Parts: sequence; structure tokens; C-alpha cells
Amino acid sequence: MVPLSYYLVLSGILFACGVTGFLIKRNIITIFMSIELMLNGVNLSFVAFAAHWHVLAGQIFVFFVMVVAAAEAAVGLAIIIAVYRTRETLNVDQVNLLKL
Amino acid sequence: MISVHLILFLAFGAVCVAGAVNLLVQRHPINSALSLIAVMAALAGEYLLLGAEFVAALQVIVYAGAIMVLFVFVIMLLNAGVEERTQGSRVAILFGIPGMLIGSVLVAWVVLRHSGTGEVAIGALPGPPKTIGDMLFHEFLLPFEITSILILVAIMGAVVLASKPPSSPAEAPRQKVKD
Repeated sequence: MVPLSYYLVLSGILFACGVTGFLIKRNIITIFMSIELMLNGVNLSFVAFAAHWHVLAGQIFVFFVMVVAAAEAAVGLAIIIAVYRTRETLNVDQVNLLKL
Repeated sequence: MISVHLILFLAFGAVCVAGAVNLLVQRHPINSALSLIAVMAALAGEYLLLGAEFVAALQVIVYAGAIMVLFVFVIMLLNAGVEERTQGSRVAILFGIPGMLIGSVLVAWVVLRHSGTGEVAIGALPGPPKTIGDMLFHEFLLPFEITSILILVAIMGAVVLASKPPSSPAEAPRQKVKD
């Protein structure tokens, strides 16, 4: 038996790592990966709560989060490719103008 | 009392945290991507411990498989190199890391202190994937259909965004001269 709080702490650590990466990383792809890390942390707490309360709907929510993450990854990486094509850089500090 | 469940939880959790920290430390995006794959695989193990076989399989197939392949593909396509440290990122490191440490310690303290003694047994989730499928096609039918539309829109958006823009008429003569 593992206390529910352990799962919540692990999910909190993963989420905090994701936020930190979002803040300190300068490569746009790595920033995107940090967002995926945050989504994973949230998914873990969804499943842990579902197991704790014996409610199956938590797994359905994880399913929807994954679908949205997949759609987000596809569109986001296409945007990254478009940005790289016009700016020829992946550094977010150099992508600071709306118009070229 | 230390049970097998707790040992497995701690082992998978250690891999998760190590991978997440490694993602932050590494400078090259491909190393970050590989450590993120390790995090996702270890999380699939955690889901199996909770009894969520369906989610664990999805985690491996969709996250560690499809999404991370997309990431690695883009990293290699754009030939992404080592990221450089800038003035902004130094400030972010200076304030971001202590802030997140304080925040996560605070959250951990509150959760550990006030969440009661609720425990999760190994394989606690009821119902095989069949039950999830039933729920998905009865109670959650409308959201499920909406996600299919979302995926369709995402596919079209990705194709439109990533396709090469047609060369404008003003540029065309110049290219001819270059040829």
C-alpha cells in the first residue's frame, strides 16, 4: 500500500520540473517538451485519484488529455518548423518580433 | 513496513524524477528528448502499479511512441544544436529554480501533512479496458466525437503550417535570373 500523497508529490515534482524547464530553457523545442512533462505530471494525479476513489472516469480524462497533447504536438511542431523557416533560429530570445 | 509495491513505486518514481531533472540539465535537445522518453516509460510503470493497464499502454504507444518520434524527427529535421545561455535565461535560472524548489517543497509538505491516511492498493483501479471502452462510447460519446474533429483540424493545421509557402509573384523573376 502506497499513500495517495506519494503519488501526488511525485506528480507535483514532475509538474515543477516542467515549469522550471519552461522558464529556464531557451530552445523552443525543449520548452515544448517541458509542457509535455507538465501534462504527464497532471495525468499521474488523475490516475492516482481515479484509483483512490475507484472512479473510472479519471482514466477517460487521461485519454482526452493525451488526445489534446497529440494534437498540440502536431500543430506546435509545425509552427516551430514555420518559425525556423522564416527566422532560421530556435532560440526564443531571437523570436521577439510579430512581423519580420 | 516496506512492501514490494512501495519499492516498485520508489524505483519508478526515482527514474521519473531523474529523467525530469536530466531534461533540465542537458543542453542538447536530443538528450532532453531521450530523458523525456525515460520519464514516460517510468510513468507507464506507475500506471501499471495503479492497475490502469489501458492508460499504461496508451502512454507507451501514444506518448513515448508517436509524440516523441515527432519531437525527435523535428529536432533532426531542423538540425537543432546546443542551446546558448543568454542574459534572460541566467535571470530565469537565478529566480526560477529557487522559486520552483520552494513551491514544490511547500506543496509536498501540505499534501503529506493534510491528505489524511488514504492509501492506494496495488492494481486498485476497477474494470478492464472493456469497461473504459463502454464508458467512452456511452457516457463520453460527445466529447469523444469532438476529439475526432479536433484531431482532423490538427492534421489540416499541421499540413498547412509546415508546407512551403508558394513563392510570391514578386520573387519569381528574381529566381529566374538566378537560374
